[in-house]
Order: sequence, then structure tokens, then C-alpha cells
Amino acid sequence: MTSQEKGWKEISIAAVCWKPSTEFLTGDWKTYKPVRDLEKCTRCLLCVIFCPDGAIHWKSDKGDIEFDYSFCKGCGICANECPVKAIEMKLE
Amino acid sequence: MKSLVEQKVLALNGDEAVAYAAKQADVDVVAAYPITPQTIIVERFSEYVANGEVETAFICTESEHSALTACLAASLTGARTFTASASAGLALMHEMLFVTSGCRAPVVMAIANRALSAPINIHGDQSDTMAQRDSGWIQIYAENAQEVYDSVIQAFRIAEHPDVLLPVMVCLDGFQLSHSVENVNVFPDEIVKKFVEVRRFPKVLTHEGKLALLKLDPENPMTMGPLAFPNYYFEFKRQQEEAMKNALEVIRQVHDEYARISGRNYGDGLLDYYYLEDAEIAAVCLGSTAGTVKTVVDELRAEGVKAGLLRIRTLRPLPFEGIQKALENVKAIAVMDRSMSFGGYGGAVFHEVRHALYDYDKHPFTVNYIYGLGGRDTSPMQIREIYRDLQEILEKNRVETPIRYVGLRE
Repeated sequence: MTSQEKGWKEISIAAVCWKPSTEFLTGDWKTYKPVRDLEKCTRCLLCVIFCPDGAIHWKSDKGDIEFDYSFCKGCGICANECPVKAIEMKLE
Repeated sequence: MKSLVEQKVLALNGDEAVAYAAKQADVDVVAAYPITPQTIIVERFSEYVANGEVETAFICTESEHSALTACLAASLTGARTFTASASAGLALMHEMLFVTSGCRAPVVMAIANRALSAPINIHGDQSDTMAQRDSGWIQIYAENAQEVYDSVIQAFRIAEHPDVLLPVMVCLDGFQLSHSVENVNVFPDEIVKKFVEVRRFPKVLTHEGKLALLKLDPENPMTMGPLAFPNYYFEFKRQQEEAMKNALEVIRQVHDEYARISGRNYGDGLLDYYYLEDAEIAAVCLGSTAGTVKTVVDELRAEGVKAGLLRIRTLRPLPFEGIQKALENVKAIAVMDRSMSFGGYGGAVFHEVRHALYDYDKHPFTVNYIYGLGGRDTSPMQIREIYRDLQEILEKNRVETPIRYVGLRE
């Protein structure tokens, strides 16, 4: 707990969120991190669809995907679903 | 006290009085599941819906857990919401009771108090609501059908008050109140509608950085019932405790305002005092039993015995200081519990009252009487014996048996 955290008189009642969920980084939950083999990856985007946290983004300017490690919880669904086994879960 | 408005007298049992009050309180949503001895509440209300007497959305659910869940969700959208239950039904709601109070949803629920299984028993005692006293709900215990009607109307104002925003249980003893017909004075519809007002909402800071009214609204999206980690959960619980403290004053204010219109008052709304000013011996109880105890106090007073009664109307929030003050000069006190706290050294009400008296220098003799479990009758003779016991304690200047059972066969 840090001194930035507010006291009970300052926060919204009923636990209504005063910050969007994008400000609560959950990336530090993970033990294993997805690492992609750029040679094998066909950019089929199945991983983007399957990621339960929306932590894999399609970057149209780059024509490629990008993992957002500040939200990736390391569940490994992307690695499991990848049809060409281009994603490996590596210990952080 | 004189009433400010013309009231008509209806012959209603306690359950019907609840349904009538809920109808007049302009409830938007009722989600309920019938259970004895609460059934008549749901039956009557569904008749009002079928006859077009109310515009309420009535949801028949598959269980009490679902009934309260539906009420919670409706309440979060800003709807005035009501339900009713008892015994096993209330027990099944257990999880959602805490979610409702934690989400600060001002749901009003009537409970026709009934014993818990096993062995199965449909009759009255207060085991069901006592088991939920730490669920964050305000608990009002009524003495008669008139108070049931008055309390349900008051409950909406209390629950929805922006300084409170807590759900309220109005408790009526199963069968003694739920099924006994009494003369009940009722207001014209428009008086109740005016009294309960339109629901008000406090403003909260949302994730968009806006101050918005606390209700689910597509124009002002907000997240309710989220996850709170160890760094914030505790703070939200402290807020609920503050709301309970605020409720003490709000219950009193709402009660007084109602009393001015109706001409009826129940002590100060928190505690009902009966001949306590000069009482040497007194009983403390909740609910319909107070009616019998008052009759006995009248008899004892006529005989010159300085007997009194303190009826606790709101167990949550507990009027802690009021209890101390009310029992200030009493020398021996009998606390009556219509439920058991197995292995807990006396019943729940005993714990609360004795606890309040501990900080108090005089430490009067305080004994516990467990009574009326599973609908067992408690007679005026038995109440007289309790007062006789208190006199004996004063004569001997000691307590031999601190926890006693009324009318139990050895």
C-alpha cells in the first residue's frame, strides 16, 4: 500500500470505479510470458481473437501484431491456439 | 398525538399490511419467492399487479437467491425495489444480502420471522434474521400489524436516504404478526406517495472522471460491484459502518416526521420505552412479545411493582448509547432472546445489551431468557415469572442462573 491510496472518506461509495480498468495494470500477475517466432507466425490473428484480456493488438501501420505485456497475465491461451505453434511460453 | 390526515381503518394481518404499504410506496420492481409465513405478502402484491392497481414489474424467480439478485440489479438501475422472505428463504439469500449492502442498494425486504431447520418448523422465532445481523442490513422489528405498515413506509425513506443507502429488513414475528388480523390505520395513497418521495441519488466519481448519479445509466457509464484488493476492500467496509451510524439519526428523523403526520410513535424510532423512568426491574425484548410484556408491566405497576420494558426497534444499527441511557437506573434486567447463539453464552440480544452495559459504571444484574423457539407460546404468566425472578435477584443480591429457558421441559 502506498501513500497515494485514498482514505475511506475520499473514495466513491459502493466501490464505483473512479479510474478506468486500463489504469490497473495486471501484467505483473504472469509467471510465463508469450514469445513469438516471427518466422513461423503467419499473422492469422487467431491469438488476437482468443486473448481473454485483449492484450494482443493488431498494428495496421506495422502490418503485424504486438503483445501488451502490461496486461498479459500469461495464461497461455494464445500459445495453445496458435495453429503453427509460433508462440512459446517462457518463464519470466 | 393527533393525526394530521384522515386515515381509514382496515382489518389486515401483518403480511397484508406489508403488501398494502409496499403498494402505496410506489414500488417499481418486486422480485420474490413465496415461503411460509411470508406467502400472503407475495400473494397480495401479485393480486395488485394482476388487478392493475400498481405499475410494478413483478418477477417470479426460481429461488430466493435469484429474487434478491434481481432486486439488487433493479435497485442499481435506480428502481425502488421490494421483496419479502423468511427462514430458509432468507438463509438462501445469505450471499446476496452482503452483495446488496456492499453495493449500497436500498432494497426493502419484509421478513416474517420463522424458525430454521432442522427439525423443520414453519412457526415463528427470530433465528432467521438474527443469523443475518452482520450482513450490513438495517433491521427493524415491529410490535404489531400497525407498526408493520408504518415501518415498511418508513423503510423506503431510510434506505434511500443519501447519507444511508443501505438495504432495510422490516421484521414481523411469523404468525403472531404475519397471520393475525388487527385494525390497521392506513393513509390515503397520495399521502404515502408524498412521504416516500421520489428516490434520490448521491453523486459518485466515475472512471470517466465525471460526477454522476449513483445508478446504472447508459449516458453515464459506471462500474458497480468490482473487485477490490486488500488495498481498498477495508475502506469500503468502513464506509458501510459510517452509513449505519448515519442511519441512527435518519431513522429517528423519518420516524418523527411520520409520527407528526400519523399521530403514532414508537418511542424515538430506535427504542420504545415503557415505564422505564423509575423502573427497578426491566425486560428488554424485540417484536410482538413486547405487547404481552406491556400487559404484564401494567398489572405489576397496578400492584406497586416498579417494572419496565425496553423494546429494541432497530437491532441494526444498534442504538448503543440509547440502551445505556434507558437502563441507567434499572437494577436488574431480563434480556429476552427468541433465537439461540449455540455455544455463545446467551442469545444475540443478550450479547448486545450486556455489551452496552459493560462501559457503564453501575453494572446492573443482567440475565438472559431464551423463549418461544419454533413458535412456542409465551404466556403473561411466564413473563410475570421473569419479573419475579428479577425481584428475587435483587433480594438475594446475586444471580444464580444467568441464562434461562422459558417454558422448556427438563
